[in-house]
Amino acid sequence: MTTVVAERQRGIGNAISDVFFVRPQLLTFLLLTPPLLWIGVVYIGSLFALLLQSFYSLDDFSGLVVHEFTLSTYKQLLEASNAQIILRTVTMAALVTVTSAIIAFPIAYYAARYARGWSKALFYLAVMMPLWSSYLVKVYAWKLILAKEGIITWFANVLHLRWLLDGILALPVVGGPSLSFSYLGTFLVFVYIWLPYMILPTQAALERVPVNFIEASADLGADPRQTFRTVIFPLALPGIVAGSIFTFSLTLGDYIIPQIVGNSRLMIGQAVYTLQGTAGNIPLAAAFTVVPMLIMAAYLWMAKRMGAFDVL
Amino acid sequence: MSFMSPAVRFQNVSRRFGSVRAVDGVSLDIEPGEFFALLGPSGSGKTTCLRLIAGFEQPDEGHIEIFGERADGVPPYRRNVNTVFQDYALFPHMTVGENVAYGLMIKGVGRAEREAKAKDALAMVKLAGYEVRRTAQLSGGQRQRVALARALVNGPKVLLLDEPLGALDLKLREQMQEELKTLQTSLGITFVFVTHDQGEALSMANRVAIFNEGKIVQVGTPSSVYERPTSRFVADFVGSSNVLPPEFAAAHGGHAMWTSLRPEKIQVSSKNNLVPAACAHATGTVTAISYQGAVTRITVATGKQALIASTPAGTDVRKGDSVTLIWPKFAMVAMGEDA
Repeated sequence: MTTVVAERQRGIGNAISDVFFVRPQLLTFLLLTPPLLWIGVVYIGSLFALLLQSFYSLDDFSGLVVHEFTLSTYKQLLEASNAQIILRTVTMAALVTVTSAIIAFPIAYYAARYARGWSKALFYLAVMMPLWSSYLVKVYAWKLILAKEGIITWFANVLHLRWLLDGILALPVVGGPSLSFSYLGTFLVFVYIWLPYMILPTQAALERVPVNFIEASADLGADPRQTFRTVIFPLALPGIVAGSIFTFSLTLGDYIIPQIVGNSRLMIGQAVYTLQGTAGNIPLAAAFTVVPMLIMAAYLWMAKRMGAFDVL
Repeated sequence: MSFMSPAVRFQNVSRRFGSVRAVDGVSLDIEPGEFFALLGPSGSGKTTCLRLIAGFEQPDEGHIEIFGERADGVPPYRRNVNTVFQDYALFPHMTVGENVAYGLMIKGVGRAEREAKAKDALAMVKLAGYEVRRTAQLSGGQRQRVALARALVNGPKVLLLDEPLGALDLKLREQMQEELKTLQTSLGITFVFVTHDQGEALSMANRVAIFNEGKIVQVGTPSSVYERPTSRFVADFVGSSNVLPPEFAAAHGGHAMWTSLRPEKIQVSSKNNLVPAACAHATGTVTAISYQGAVTRITVATGKQALIASTPAGTDVRKGDSVTLIWPKFAMVAMGEDA
């Protein structure tokens, strides 16, 4: 005689499966506990410790950290030399972000709208492949490209454009003895390294704009420029904002690129690196670290206010 | 623009996609003020025709005129026609009011005026007060109405509707059919709509063009295409029909041509009734009975030819019964042969 309800299968594995099937919340709970503990304790916890450190100060005489609450470390950030580091880094991050967005948009638009089959595969390969190779290798490669003896100088000579290159290098602030020792060089490498992080989210956002929105806009009388301004761009904005979070915050925190390609003036990342290492000034290093966090928080808040996430 | 120019004129229009002729030598006049249906199975070219009128597609051959003006090469944003899209294509980053006012904003109409017009348009589709809602908060039927208001607020010469009721459930669809008809009559705008639903085409349109494989196979009023199909395809696609081969038709008092006989014209009789002179008859065995609410469809095998009769519900015929089928001879419509 057959039964409708099968007999309970023997074995511990089956028993566990049965329990989880009947109580899916239990499975969710067990799956989430380890990562939540990790994030809660290790991640947020260390961040909190960092925040705490920034409210301590360094005793100038003994070189020891004074474990007393004070805002004096933050006051140090406002001193001219430190404020300049912050201003320099934020300006660089903003320029890198804007430039990346401008370069990334047409590429992302092409990939989302027109690339199909092999050209789409090629797009993904071209955007992702640089991410597979070592960051340091890429930066050092750029140092060679930008060096006085490098290919750019050589190319400028071949094209008889050496006067142009020298003219650019002679510019105040952004120029320098060679591209590899100038802000311009640092800027170029930043844009190169972070560009994929801007292209991919922009492309993903554009991919979600259905063709018939563009047709509907044209149908209602909008020429391609108006359609871009009123339909395509607003709908791609969340992707651009997501990309800019990457490019902006990665530039704010990076200390390797400006170290290898650039002049001796510090960026925030280098300042943190020096302060917590050789200088042993953990409180000021912590205070410097808080700056990008505050800037990002303000940036996201503004993006939200502007409605950048409304369509998500 | 001449006085008598049709609202839309297709002159031998073809549109190819690769090697496929989506629209193949179509000529058609749609008169001003008509409620015109493009009916056909999917892939028959009806949607491409609508997109040719809208300007999303351009003809590879032939010409299109809208109210006497040549439209070939004119992009959609320079045509005074508007479209209600199949999935409505409402902009998700705008409110309902902004969606409706979009076309006016593009034209540079001032804020106060376009808001007033958008408000009127929403009232016209019975969505007064919905201006500030987001489109995500609307039901399917409401989105449909917003899409309609967004198109009509621009005062188009021709309104194009792409499967306008396809995504709605049955009750809502019937209601919207009525509303669209009323709206069209009161506005007097030429409506052109695409559908694969023959019932919808017959009940809403003044005239219907039936498409098959990129060509128009018949144009006419709903009753003419239903009562007098000119091809087996139309007989079969519009409503359902018994398509009789020439020999069978000739043997039953018709012409020796492919012939259409509508199921509802056939009476089913289980007794050997007297057959009036104006009627034809056939005897056979019931092979299937399908209850469909208002009617019951009875399939009868008569020799080589199976016939379907549609009778009012509540028949006492059973499967396996021997029955006589009786139909008026004039109900047999001879069609021009098509393969």
